[in-house]
Amino acid sequence: MSQVPQLLFKNRRPGETVFIDGYRATGGYQPLEKAFREMTPVELRELVKSSNLRGRGGAGFPTGVKWTFFPADAPGPKYLVCNCDEMEPGTYKDGELLMADPHQLVEGMIVSAYALQTDVGYIFIRYAYEKQAEYLRRAIAEAKEAGYIGKNILGSGFDFELHVHGSAGRYILGEETALLNGLEGQRPNPRLKPPFPATRGLFGQPTTVNNVETIANIPHIISGGAEWFRDLALTPEGSGTKLFGLSGHLNCTECFELPVGIRLGEVVETYGQGVWKNRKFKACLPGGASTPYLTEEHMDVALDFMSLEKVGSRFGTAGVTVFDDQTCMVAATLNLIQFFARESCGWCTPCRDGLSMVRWLLEKFETGKGSPEHLDMLKDQLQNISGNSFCALAEGAMGPVAGLLTHFEQEIIDHIEKGRCPFKS
Amino acid sequence: MNKIDDINQIGLLDENQITEFSQHAGEIEHPRELIIDILRAVQLNHGWVPDEGVELTAKILGLTPIEVEEIATFYDKIFRQPVGRYPIHICDSVCCWSRGGEELAEHLQQTLGVAFGQTTEDGLFTLLPSCCLGGCGRAPGVMIHQSFYGPLNPETVDKLIADLRQEGQG
Ligand SMILES: Cc1cc2nc3c(=O)[nH]c(=O)nc-3n(C[C@H](O)[C@H](O)[C@H](O)COP(=O)(O)O)c2cc1C
Ligand code: SF4
Ligand code: FES
Repeated sequence: MSQVPQLLFKNRRPGETVFIDGYRATGGYQPLEKAFREMTPVELRELVKSSNLRGRGGAGFPTGVKWTFFPADAPGPKYLVCNCDEMEPGTYKDGELLMADPHQLVEGMIVSAYALQTDVGYIFIRYAYEKQAEYLRRAIAEAKEAGYIGKNILGSGFDFELHVHGSAGRYILGEETALLNGLEGQRPNPRLKPPFPATRGLFGQPTTVNNVETIANIPHIISGGAEWFRDLALTPEGSGTKLFGLSGHLNCTECFELPVGIRLGEVVETYGQGVWKNRKFKACLPGGASTPYLTEEHMDVALDFMSLEKVGSRFGTAGVTVFDDQTCMVAATLNLIQFFARESCGWCTPCRDGLSMVRWLLEKFETGKGSPEHLDMLKDQLQNISGNSFCALAEGAMGPVAGLLTHFEQEIIDHIEKGRCPFKS
Repeated sequence: MNKIDDINQIGLLDENQITEFSQHAGEIEHPRELIIDILRAVQLNHGWVPDEGVELTAKILGLTPIEVEEIATFYDKIFRQPVGRYPIHICDSVCCWSRGGEELAEHLQQTLGVAFGQTTEDGLFTLLPSCCLGGCGRAPGVMIHQSFYGPLNPETVDKLIADLRQEGQG
């Protein structure tokens, strides 16, 4: 296992947090020095583009491409916002990264801000990550002390300030435009797009929103180069490593940094140390609660954006939640839909009413009161909700429902025919 | 007495906090961005956010109480009703569910003798369901005052409750 290259978890030791001395000891802030002394913002943006880095917040949008949309040279205030809302069940990697090594994000924010010529940065962090927020504040103070944040950084003429902004619950704040409303102190419903944040974002100014892990990768790309970064992945179209947060019915439910494109089977067997209680693998969510299920037939699938799309799922955040063969998939999907229905911000009808309807239908099946008509209604809801909601929350919510209908429709039918949940005695 | 003191008769924020927040609000272009910070500070001092807390936040930021209220009520970790000294947020999302979260919730309701949303008679514990707490690898778990505890089972949670009870009564 030791030959797997570790960038993001290079400094990670159980129960410890590395601050500036430890961070520097393994090369920390050298990429920043290199960027400010040897590279122009344009060169940095080009580098990130050719690294093929794709966003680690779930949607997988190519970061370099997103950055080329950004009006870096326009006058006036511009913002860089880091998304550390991380409230999707099964996703806990950003929290782990910040517990281990908060300076990576701070350095990443500074060099990204320089590349994008944004003078103010915010790290928006969820309520439950108070420890991580505290470590970040300390890391920011240390970086300021070292002259990496503030006026005229390393004599470059570039100024940057960085703030940590806390939240108070609610998953919708992870959606980037809802997050911007939340940061502004507005009611955090998502905003209509376009205009995209790159043109009108925080306080109406150009804004880039990126995930914690996305930004933490930037210093490594600067030091290793684009080609090296691309070659870290095991698939030709992939790039870099990825933090995989394991959970559910595995013997080992920890977070690992592994190459993009690693086989599902290897993640489950080698890192998850197999399914618990000597049971068999039944299904998993490969990338957080909003990604359609994979089954045992997918053990050889490479965990990467494209290969997962090909099999009808998504790479998402790479939070892998495994279910053993004694799990009722109707009940698992009901649990997931309960989460999404409760966290719906209520702004649009397909989500507010549709998800409640889906929850009601799944409850019918699970309690043995479902009928074939209910199954048809569930299929209708999949059609009606997907593609029709104001933001991607409802779309994501229907991911597991789609997976249930594709791979486990027979299980729904069993519930209907038996008039009870076949997994409950 | 000025207006802020009037509202703050029950001491929701201390003098220093009021001065700092007011100064900060005066320095920045968009004071509204401090709403959550102030509400959280009130909650930290007082345990929950009473109407006066909403009014006080509004006063400091030059907003109307309803402008603050519509933010306060959006977030599930801002309490607009009294809670016990230790609000227990128990995770009911999928990773915790898959590893005994429902049994843990059941056990907690029985041991504490309260249903979700209720507070124990001694005023120590309020039991609240919550979505994922970011401890999915240590499931099932709960959050108390922004600390995560997990993985928990009936025995370890009993021990946790006993420790808190001792701390709360001591
Ligand atoms: C409901 C919802 C929740 C989201 N939660 C998060 C989150 O917690 N963290 C995150 O980085 N992105 C989240 N996203 C994706 C963001 O909207 C956005 O795409 C991302 O922050 C962009 O960063 P990236 O390109 O670096 O991945 C969420 C999206 C939706 C629709
Ligand atoms: S899809 Fe759901 S969360 Fe998104 S805007 Fe509509 S109601 Fe709100
Ligand atoms: S699902 Fe319970 S902490 Fe994430």
